[in-house]
Amino acid sequence: MGVAKYIKDEKDAVKEVIYQSGIRVKPVYGPKDLAEVGFDYQSDLGDPGEYPFTRSLHPQGYRSRAWTTRQYTGFGTPAETNKRFKYMISHGQTGLNVAFDLPTQMGFDSDNPRAMGEVGRVGMAVDSLRDFEIAFDGIPLDRIGSGLTINAVATIMLAMYQAMAEKFGYPKERISATPQNDILKEMIGRGAWIFPVEPAVRLVGDTIEYAVKELPRCNPVSICGYHIRESGATPAQEIACALEIARAYIEDVKARGMEPAEFVGRFSFNLNVYGNLWEQIAKFRAARKLWAKMLKDEFGVREKKKLFFRGLFGGGGSGLTKQQPENNIIRSAYYALGAALSGAQTTALCSFDEAYTIPTPRAALLSLRTLEILMEEVGLRDTVDPLAGSYFVETLTRQMQEKILEEMKKIQDMGGMIHAVATGSIQRIVAEQAYEFERGLQTGEYIKVGLNKYTDGSEEHPEVELHEYNEQWAKKQIDSLKELRRIRNNTEVSQLLKQLEKDIRDEKNVMPCLVKCCRVYATVGEMAGVFREVFGEWDEPSIF
Amino acid sequence: MNMADRKIRILVAKPGLDGHDRGAKIVALALRDAGMEVVYSGLHQTLEQILQTAIQEAVDVIGLSIMSGAHIPICQQLLEMMKEQGIEDIRVVVGGVIPSRDVPELKEMGIQGVFPGGTPFDEITKSITSLLM
Repeated sequence: MGVAKYIKDEKDAVKEVIYQSGIRVKPVYGPKDLAEVGFDYQSDLGDPGEYPFTRSLHPQGYRSRAWTTRQYTGFGTPAETNKRFKYMISHGQTGLNVAFDLPTQMGFDSDNPRAMGEVGRVGMAVDSLRDFEIAFDGIPLDRIGSGLTINAVATIMLAMYQAMAEKFGYPKERISATPQNDILKEMIGRGAWIFPVEPAVRLVGDTIEYAVKELPRCNPVSICGYHIRESGATPAQEIACALEIARAYIEDVKARGMEPAEFVGRFSFNLNVYGNLWEQIAKFRAARKLWAKMLKDEFGVREKKKLFFRGLFGGGGSGLTKQQPENNIIRSAYYALGAALSGAQTTALCSFDEAYTIPTPRAALLSLRTLEILMEEVGLRDTVDPLAGSYFVETLTRQMQEKILEEMKKIQDMGGMIHAVATGSIQRIVAEQAYEFERGLQTGEYIKVGLNKYTDGSEEHPEVELHEYNEQWAKKQIDSLKELRRIRNNTEVSQLLKQLEKDIRDEKNVMPCLVKCCRVYATVGEMAGVFREVFGEWDEPSIF
Repeated sequence: MNMADRKIRILVAKPGLDGHDRGAKIVALALRDAGMEVVYSGLHQTLEQILQTAIQEAVDVIGLSIMSGAHIPICQQLLEMMKEQGIEDIRVVVGGVIPSRDVPELKEMGIQGVFPGGTPFDEITKSITSLLM
């Protein structure tokens, strides 16, 4: 949760400022600083919409198109989630970001003993196509794109999304889905992994290959620095990890005989906005530039649009506090400001009650309104990249670029991202960093208002309305699953599951068969079970 | 036995399917720095697996880290299983996303320390140490 270190003198004046990425900030910046870092307008910035896209992906920024708002939503049964989707869309939300419960994320059906107590708790429960048909009922799938926050079983969910859309009459060419599908970051941060590293990366490759051929409007992978930052990484490490993860996926698909130019344009990123405002802005500007450079110089990608570092820059949950929860409303507004000043294409905020609970409708709406106020009232659409040319911001962007490259080099020296994850080396670095931040918060080295400064003694019992977990949802979901198993064509299901196993063993792309399995209502647990059978589960390396 | 004579052994465990392990890992590092012998279970552990590790590693304390909101049913079940297996002498503490309204219920059922996110490391360490005095 750290922000930056402020070292003060005896009169409380700020003597030194050190950002988390390790950059020391000076009290004053001027033309000499730009000269010192060798700043050059053309090569460092370029005009908005021009290589290396530091300023923006589009020549007119938010004038041509405001950002897409995509609050993370989902809980309980598909029917409950469908209601909340419609509520958010009716209030102006322009995309969906679907939250799945843990059993779904881990490839277990709702009636699996390991799912007990978790069905519909942190997201919606999905067992089969029937659940998607309920969850997306009445959503205009050709207009509203969906982020699917699913990783280990992203292949299954993307296949199910296609099967569902086709069932509702939307041809697969017109639907837009972004499964998160970044399994390497799950192994570093968020923990919803199932299979060992290599087959898990192969599945990511399968979705990329399939989407390029069959789903022209889908972005098959959203590479997440977000969760790595949440797990403790510095902003520079966050971007370095994201770019090195992307490199690992590119190599996988390249090894199948595809040219990077055929598929890298479909990559998107999910990154974190919290902490020091300037460090965030410099981070995103540097990231756009480094991605474009990496693709151009190392992978020979030429076409402009394929060099775009597109992404969701979302307010970081770990920046929020349980103490004085209303402060989170203000914090999130500043995170959103940072995202807007950084030229985010898509955004979302954690809601102020999220340190406690799944957001209530009121809290979720407040997050959406915060984003809308920035675009509609405050002036963030006025001009593109308003901070360009600032002595400070440009110097910092250059310094951030160097820091990110240093961190990327460290990962390469560990043998690349796949090796770094398989051995636990990267997890160890992130955990130690998290520990350092936490100690800094406890000693007051990092300031957090309401937590270790300006505490008012009342923070023990804040008035937060809690989203209630309804035990009935699990029962409903399990009943519906049992009914489904009774009424579907079980012969077809078992034939297709056998075919799936064969395709996996023959190292064929699993997606076409998964779409067929979904169409006959094979369950997530059944399909994931086949993968478990063939691949086994990952044996997490010990980092202690 | 006098606990002062040897290091406290604690299993930091992540029960269930939730993979958010930042809290578990930093607390494990803090306990280690405070001189305890820390075993970390890794993710996605069933309660059976956790108890098996606890017995194998002969720990004094099990520290559960739970972020998903399912802390009450999980703790309840673990304590029952420990009773069945006759290993109630192992102390159980819990940390994670735990609303303060749930603390009395957890204490009531036999959880000996509840440490919601953000609890200072020295408070956790002292509290665990005092359990074994």
